[in-house]
Amino acid sequence: MNEVSRRKFLSRLTVGLTAGISAIVGLPIVGYLLAPLFSAPPDDLVPVGAITDFPLGETKLVSIRDPSPLAWAGQTADTALWVRRREQSGPQMFQVFNINCTHLGCPVNWQAGAKLFLCPCHGGVYYSDGSVAGGPPPRRLFEREWQVSGDRLLVRQQPLPTVKQG
Amino acid sequence: MRFLRALAKLPGGVASWLGERFEFEDSVMSVLRHPVPRELERPVGWWYVLGSATLGIFVMQVVTGVGLAMTYVPAPNSAYDSLQFISHGATLGSVVRGMHYFGAGAMVILVLAHMTQVYLFGAFKFPREANWLTGSLLLLATLALAFTGQLLRWDQDAFWSIVVAAEQAARAPVIGGWLASLVVAGANVGGATLTRFYATHVFLIPAAIFGLVGLHIYLVVKRGISEPPVPGVVVDRRTYRARYEAMLARGIPFWPDAAWRDAIVATAAVAIVFVLAAIFGAPELGKPPDPTNVLADPRPDWYFLGYFAVLALIPPATESIVIVGLPLFAFVFLFLVPLLWPDGERHWSRRPAAIAAVALPFIAYASLTVAGIESPWVPKLEGGTLPAAVTQGLAEPERRGADLFVSKACFACHAIEGAGGRRGPDLSHVASRLNRDQVTARIANGGGGMPAFAGSLTPSELDDLTAFLLTRH
Repeated sequence: MNEVSRRKFLSRLTVGLTAGISAIVGLPIVGYLLAPLFSAPPDDLVPVGAITDFPLGETKLVSIRDPSPLAWAGQTADTALWVRRREQSGPQMFQVFNINCTHLGCPVNWQAGAKLFLCPCHGGVYYSDGSVAGGPPPRRLFEREWQVSGDRLLVRQQPLPTVKQG
Repeated sequence: MRFLRALAKLPGGVASWLGERFEFEDSVMSVLRHPVPRELERPVGWWYVLGSATLGIFVMQVVTGVGLAMTYVPAPNSAYDSLQFISHGATLGSVVRGMHYFGAGAMVILVLAHMTQVYLFGAFKFPREANWLTGSLLLLATLALAFTGQLLRWDQDAFWSIVVAAEQAARAPVIGGWLASLVVAGANVGGATLTRFYATHVFLIPAAIFGLVGLHIYLVVKRGISEPPVPGVVVDRRTYRARYEAMLARGIPFWPDAAWRDAIVATAAVAIVFVLAAIFGAPELGKPPDPTNVLADPRPDWYFLGYFAVLALIPPATESIVIVGLPLFAFVFLFLVPLLWPDGERHWSRRPAAIAAVALPFIAYASLTVAGIESPWVPKLEGGTLPAAVTQGLAEPERRGADLFVSKACFACHAIEGAGGRRGPDLSHVASRLNRDQVTARIANGGGGMPAFAGSLTPSELDDLTAFLLTRH
């Protein structure tokens, strides 16, 4: 046991304890901050309106509310969707589109006269069936799974980012 | 009289007492008096003030930011209203928020100006590489502050900016989905998102900046302020330090011989920001952050408009590479600068590539900013009418065609006699370029970025529209 090895031991002890403090403080806070990665994405079907709200051949904006929002979420718990009534009934009855442009997520706007969706950010254009008509979008509008239950139209919730889906 | 004279001596007396009791003389004051090259006495010294001016603005941002945080409510259901109160209700709130807003722009400008000066003077070279690296991190932190600050406005633009940021993050390979989830702090932009951006903007990034500024100034003092470059005098790692030491031996103390210029320019920067804030006040917020209002026109603040334009103008196939790769390349390049060129000529007149490396990105970004302001790629969604000169005297079916031109949104992308969008070609004289069949085919089938309208026009509407366009010789 000479002086140098004692110093070496003490310095290692101090550095080790400091690393220990970092771990004790750091691990919980990192887990706390990364929590969004481990939470299950929303997967509920939520009602968007009565079937009679959607006349045949028209495309309408509907809004749905997050069924379990944080109390202070305010308007941000709402999401809008474009609902297109294609047929009177059957599996082709509706198309439900995310309002997010597939380019970078800005909200597309339905032009009833031109029968086009236009995006205000970088100029993406889509046809009424959601396929790309022009501009930078890499793919057609994202569609939501929907169900008819009685006289109600139900739509499945979906998380951001849209890029990783479809 | 005697009393007044005693009073006049009081500040000096207090200062020297404090200086003695706190032992500032051989710490703070000796650091402030560190020697700098004598050349800084000459007018070239005015180039050396940009870092201090940036610091002055940063301190102002901290002070005004603390003031804003006293009133701002970082909750999605209240943030917008609390900002409206700050801007319109609170005493001097408009001025304080205006200072914070114009200060943000000033800080971005000054950081870039400081970096450009250091780069063109070759001051990043040996032995000051680490000064440049810490400065690069400070640039990153400043841009991050500017971006997160815009989001705290929590208006419609801010909401969609977060969506766009998440979508961009999602383009990153492998970890993209995780990054996006962390940006929005959950599945969607909502209750958890704003508080994270708030904490990042007011705690994390400023704390990082305090630390980095400390390190940056420590290095400035330890490595010494670089002497003004002279053409032909090269940096040689074996001889530079000895040469610099000899230069400092006949140097001048930074305080106060050089510091007065820093003080003047920093004061001017803060004063300009204050005057802008006093005259123009805080910028008006956009519409409330209602995700179901699709009548949005999201735009970032002016210093990010160039990047916004890039996203509209690059070919879609290269997009993911540009979104992820361009910023990555820019910052990697930034960090490599002092490591790749640590010695050699410092003066800009002997470094033509360095001048190009400043001028080309500047010109490119300025052009992109202009493009971003004009945004010709965006269809004009708001209504409008054709000029009377275009429609007057039209008979049927041309008149019906003119109405269809507006109602079917042709107008959103095509201009006629100065009215209308600029996304597609100007159609003022389309009949002199295309015949009837060509016009009809183009409308029905689209092409070249134009949608096909065969599905949304009846055959007779198509004929009417074509008839109208053929009047445009």
